Amino acid sequence: MNIAVCVKQVPDASEVKIDKATGTMVREGVPAILNPFDAYAVEEAIRLREKHGGKVTAVTMGPPQAGDVLKHTVAMGADDVMLISDRAFAGADTWATSYTLGLGLKKLDSLDLVICGKQAIDGDTAQVGPGVAENLGLPFVAYVRKIVDVYNGKMKVERLIEDGYEVVEVSLPAVITVVKEINTPRMPSLKGKMKAKSLDIKPLSAEAIGAEADKIGLAGSPTKVMKVFSPPPKGNRERIEGTPNEQAARLVEKLREMKIL
Amino acid sequence: MDYFLTDTQAEIQNLARQIAQEKVKPVRAELDEKEEFPWEIMKILAQADLFGLYIPEEYGGFGGGAFENCLAVEELSRVCIGVSVSFAASGLGAYPILLFGSDEQKKKYLPQIASGQRLAAFGLTEAGAGSDAGGTRTTAVLDGNEYVINGTKQWITNGGEAEIYTVIAMTNPAKGSRGASAFIVEKGTPGFSFGKKEKKMGIRSSATRELVFENCRVPKENLLSREGMGFLVAMKTLDKSRPGIGSQAVGLAQGAIDECVEYARERRQFDQPIISFQAIQHMLADMSTQTEAARALVYAVAKFIDSDPKDVSKASAMAKLFASDVAMKVTVDAVQVMGGYGYMREYPVEKMMRDAKILQIYEGTNQIQRNVIGAALIKEAAGKKK
Repeated sequence: MNIAVCVKQVPDASEVKIDKATGTMVREGVPAILNPFDAYAVEEAIRLREKHGGKVTAVTMGPPQAGDVLKHTVAMGADDVMLISDRAFAGADTWATSYTLGLGLKKLDSLDLVICGKQAIDGDTAQVGPGVAENLGLPFVAYVRKIVDVYNGKMKVERLIEDGYEVVEVSLPAVITVVKEINTPRMPSLKGKMKAKSLDIKPLSAEAIGAEADKIGLAGSPTKVMKVFSPPPKGNRERIEGTPNEQAARLVEKLREMKIL
Repeated sequence: MDYFLTDTQAEIQNLARQIAQEKVKPVRAELDEKEEFPWEIMKILAQADLFGLYIPEEYGGFGGGAFENCLAVEELSRVCIGVSVSFAASGLGAYPILLFGSDEQKKKYLPQIASGQRLAAFGLTEAGAGSDAGGTRTTAVLDGNEYVINGTKQWITNGGEAEIYTVIAMTNPAKGSRGASAFIVEKGTPGFSFGKKEKKMGIRSSATRELVFENCRVPKENLLSREGMGFLVAMKTLDKSRPGIGSQAVGLAQGAIDECVEYARERRQFDQPIISFQAIQHMLADMSTQTEAARALVYAVAKFIDSDPKDVSKASAMAKLFASDVAMKVTVDAVQVMGGYGYMREYPVEKMMRDAKILQIYEGTNQIQRNVIGAALIKEAAGKKK
């Protein structure tokens, strides 16, 4: 199977601070890491290759230093990488990003599957996965928690929903996003690390992927941020303390008082 | 201190450290408590390519040497030597094949060991043959195209878990230590079974079992080198592996210091952190100085071994002896610095102190190491021209 994994370089969430005045994230001096949800996507791609053969290519759109997360994927076991990087991409929202990644992915030969993490931990939109599927004109399954089987140009997967899961059959090629329940991402290997170290990543420009100027970067982004704020804490709450038994008893009493039970 | 590691060596150190901190540290207390073999961690180490550090690339390894292996062992030992011994003992089982195996034997077994797909173990000690390996009672008798092995090996690290064993047995008991030979025996060979898992003071997650041979028939081609070479195989193997024990000791001592310094900065008595007291500072200073001296010696010896000199027995014994005595002292002091908390299982240093003791015992007691060093001094002096 030829698999592409879309990855993103994000600020390490454990180090993030919020600027109280603007309500936005302080990015300066914060270490950049592979988006944790994307690590599950990389792991699943490597597992599929180990089972079915083929090739895993990690793809990202970002500034030149985003090459570091691509190296991380190679250290884990990805075969190849694609860095889509151009000043013209700056300011892209999920719409422009999906368009740009889609064009990059079209340059890969005979893709069977595109895997993305369910969302990035900085923007938290979960829109790029489905956006990429639209741009490629491929079927899409979100929140996959297990790939059950791959057979005859199809794939059977379980997708997480609020109160359980659904079993979905999808024809390949397809795009999926995965949740953390799907696997435990592996540690990098020594051979992978050495390979990553010697990797010379050549970025693809807007021109190289054939992007139209008004569809990329800020110009191609319909999203307008009006205001960023932290929601006020909700009032009118009561905390029930005590042993689990006492808490349960008090909760039932309360629910009866409120005539819910 | 900066030991001027190459980029590759630094990568090995970082990777082993990452695995130790993220995967081993959270489970070490539970593994110790349950005396559970760390299979999950062995799989992670295998996937990370760490089992083949000292094995040549042509046999599926990374092509490094004793020094590269020591770096990985030290990082793992910093959090748990029960785990690191399970990792390192596979190397102990592999060295006889690496040093004395035929090309065919190397091609068959080393790639499996280098990939971590199968663990190895080394079987020398017996109930009546510890420091005195000449007391070995296990025999191997050639019968047609097979050797028939009988006897029992005791306290074998990775026993039962490993699949590839290198075992010392007497092919000509009348010749004493010159009558010993080394064999490769695979788990599952009829007549080869294991005793119960031993209950130990420390390194409790590691597996220690008897290897029991009852008319166990192994093909003639499983003989390593020639008949009568068994003790040379054993001694050369231990020469190579002893700095690994030194690295376990350095890692363990460093791990104890890490815990202690952190604790002493937090713990307050008489309205100040206890690290502000000279009594504590001086203990920590000694612990740290001794550990750094041990590290410098172990690194120097490992690099010396990798230069492939003719005889490394003395240097190798020194690395094991000095570092393991340091680890014992440092872990005892670590418990002292932490006082009552140090004695409690809730904190890791009591385990470190229990674990440290084995380092002065296995792969040759520290008394035997002194014998080796003493014998080398006599030999050197006798060889000098007057």
